[in-house]
Amino acid sequence: MTSAGGRRIGDVLLKVEDISLSFGGVRALTGVSFDIRAHEIRAIIGPNGAGKSSMLNVINGFYHPQQGKIIFKDIARTDIGPYDAASRGIARTFQNIALFRGMSTLDNIMTGRLLKMKENLFWQALYWGRAKKEEMEHRAVVERIIDFLEIQSIRKVPVGRLPYGLQKRVELGRALAMEPELLLLDEPMAGMNVEEKEDMCRFILDVNDEFGTTIALIEHDMGVVMDISDRVVVLDYGKKIADGTPDEVRGNQAVIDAYLGVKH
Amino acid sequence: MLYREAGQFKTTYGDDQAIFPIRQDRLGMALILLIAYVALPLFATDYFITSIMIPFLIYALAAIGLNLLTGYCGQVSLGTGGFMAVGAYAAYNFTIRMPELNLIVVFILAGGCAAMVGVVFGIPSLRIKGFYLAVATLAAQFFLDWAFARIKWFTNYTPSGSVAAPPLDIFGFAINTPDRRYFLILAIVTVMALAAKNLVRGRVGRSWMAIRDMDIAAEIIGIRPLRAKLSAFAVSSFYAGVAGALWAFLHLGAWEPLAFDINRSFILLFMVIIGGLGSILGCFLGAAFILMVPLALNQIPTALGIPLSTAMISHAEFMIFGAMIVFFLIVEPHGLARLWALGKEKLRLWPFPH
Amino acid sequence: MGFFVEVLFGGFLAGVLYALVALGFVLIFKASGVFNFAQGAMVLFAALSLVRLMEWMPIPVALLVSVAIMIVFALVVERLVLRPLVNQEGIILFMATIGVSYFLDGFGQTVWGSEVYTLDLGLPKEPVIILESLFEGGVLVNKFDLVAAVIAGVLVTVLAIFFQKTRIGRALRAVADDHQAAQSVGIPLRDIWVIVWSTSGIVALVAGIVWGSALGVQFSISLVALKALPVLILGGFTSVPGAIIGGLIIGAGEKLAEVYIGPTFGGGIENWFAYMLALLFLLVRPQGLFGERIIERV
Repeated sequence: MTSAGGRRIGDVLLKVEDISLSFGGVRALTGVSFDIRAHEIRAIIGPNGAGKSSMLNVINGFYHPQQGKIIFKDIARTDIGPYDAASRGIARTFQNIALFRGMSTLDNIMTGRLLKMKENLFWQALYWGRAKKEEMEHRAVVERIIDFLEIQSIRKVPVGRLPYGLQKRVELGRALAMEPELLLLDEPMAGMNVEEKEDMCRFILDVNDEFGTTIALIEHDMGVVMDISDRVVVLDYGKKIADGTPDEVRGNQAVIDAYLGVKH
Repeated sequence: MLYREAGQFKTTYGDDQAIFPIRQDRLGMALILLIAYVALPLFATDYFITSIMIPFLIYALAAIGLNLLTGYCGQVSLGTGGFMAVGAYAAYNFTIRMPELNLIVVFILAGGCAAMVGVVFGIPSLRIKGFYLAVATLAAQFFLDWAFARIKWFTNYTPSGSVAAPPLDIFGFAINTPDRRYFLILAIVTVMALAAKNLVRGRVGRSWMAIRDMDIAAEIIGIRPLRAKLSAFAVSSFYAGVAGALWAFLHLGAWEPLAFDINRSFILLFMVIIGGLGSILGCFLGAAFILMVPLALNQIPTALGIPLSTAMISHAEFMIFGAMIVFFLIVEPHGLARLWALGKEKLRLWPFPH
Repeated sequence: MGFFVEVLFGGFLAGVLYALVALGFVLIFKASGVFNFAQGAMVLFAALSLVRLMEWMPIPVALLVSVAIMIVFALVVERLVLRPLVNQEGIILFMATIGVSYFLDGFGQTVWGSEVYTLDLGLPKEPVIILESLFEGGVLVNKFDLVAAVIAGVLVTVLAIFFQKTRIGRALRAVADDHQAAQSVGIPLRDIWVIVWSTSGIVALVAGIVWGSALGVQFSISLVALKALPVLILGGFTSVPGAIIGGLIIGAGEKLAEVYIGPTFGGGIENWFAYMLALLFLLVRPQGLFGERIIERV
């Protein structure tokens, strides 16, 4: 893992400008702009259906917005696929766990290394020399992640058999294995009990702290969001209604209205 | 008590990721290889070698090919017979048009041709999935059946459409007895089975399995579906092509397009399902099982004094295959290989219940 | 011109036969999301049952008994195959129906025999010349083909009404959309499956009668039924009219191709032409002519 280290919030890493996205006639996002700075933890919050997941899908290239620009590491990109996003250093987890259910924990996390593995079919068929060496190097990296997430004991267990909380952890592990610069977490703590949430919070903070990974997360637990994020952007009905530090957002009238449900 | 791994410590990641991490399994494998390479050629009859071992090994090889595509990459194919035919006819054409080519080279080229054809018919897999794709592979099967029956160049303008393999030799060593044919096939199958195992436990195998389990998530972690699927089609068809060439040259000797018709494709799919989707060992178990059914249907009723007619046997075969498929899909979708693994799990604890 | 139309007609009428088989597929797919590979085997089995029963009893009784047999078959399939596989992935169910197909082929031939049987229900068979006013010499068709077309038309109308207007039809569509959701609003999944497989069995019987009268009842029916697959791809897996129109296009397309471009390739291209046509079509419009578009989400 790259150890940029420390919590020195840097320059703008990702900037979304005036993003609009619609499906047929339904507008999911309307003119949303915000930025994410290097090494920060940025939360995206909002009521159900506010367009938070759509926003993540736009950032990692799964949805193509009809309008607007996404600038990542100073390069504007308009119409790229998930593969390109991944290869440029964006990883994510999903609201509904998207693990490879037929594979073990170890294999799932190893898939996160695929982009970095280069040996061709022939060498892999031999499993000798370079291919084996490469495999071992990546295994070592993955083992560090397994240690970090404290999931040594379930290394060889098929992920389909794991309880929900552990599956979420494995999914985080897979994303970390990609050594991303920007990590998108879609409700990493949904459906967890208090203890599991505490663990997850710790992992998120540690990732951010030790590896300097920039994190954008969607979360419904306001306590958690206010505690761990540096800045928060609030969406409602596909529009940005507030943006700022947790304290600024907490006092914002539009945000309170959105959550308490004032007539529009 | 015998099957214990206590006291066997792994000290490197390499040891942990070996094909047989447990010593007893390594011994078992060594024993099987010893039987296959030494005992059988010494003691088995020619009948056993030619009618059971040779088709078994070749079927297992083709089943590995199909399993890489279906069991590991999740793309169902009903066209394996067609890809085998490509291998067989490619090998035939290479040997008659370039007689100086070494037989091993011929087999590799035959596999290569099948791989190319496989990639072409795999292109639709980028847009369609599941049974849509199965129908698309049927297209491959029917088209290839037709091509080898009607395009005369492939059969070198033989009037009957049936072709025969020329006399074969490797480095001046004639492949003309059952034992020699058996050794050649056994060596090829050993190497290719090992290569398949290596592929599925490395990068390529993981990208196939990721596509199989959840293609959208696979793309988001940086797997290119195009590459993964087409490479699965290519490797799978390569195996099928080599198997087809072996089947034609070393098992049949002389053949016509019907030898690779749609029933061949179905039988191979059954082997993979019964043996175990996503298991290399399962391909061998499945092939053995499918080959044993007709033998058993021939022998057992005769032994009991109620011989069945040929038609009856073939109908009973259909019924048994069909019932076994449904049975395995319901009870153990991972097939015999999974049962074997469960058995080992139990054996690890035996004689203590927990 | 007369010749062209004659080929076209011949193709259309072959297409009606394909469409009849495809209809059975669509019914089951619509209501249970199962791609029933065994439909061809069901056609063979139904036709075999009918033709052998007719040796023992009058035709109407034989028909009724055959219908009963197909209903029993539906019950058995539901109990032994579908119920244990509920909520499995579509591809597993698809492979299971390949197993059913093999079993049924073997079983049917064990019970009923594997010869070629002539099926004669007294349908007219003599050739007639139609459209004399339009073309010189008219167009030569078989009266039987016209009967087949009428039967197909009636069947489609009945099924369309059944699907759109009745309570059961609505329940069927709900099940097709989402098994679990349908169960949660109290639709009895098992009953629905039995109904839809029985209906499909009866459609198979009708297809079997038409096929069997034309070609004789024999094993090859089970294989010819594979031609229904490209029809489905063309028409869309969920559309009853799609099955008919797809059938007509495939039937006409392959006959025309065989007659006009076949000779350049050495003939016999109707074995694969339909599949290739469907394949090309898939690349352009994966959901078929009338199928619903599927949007994927994360």
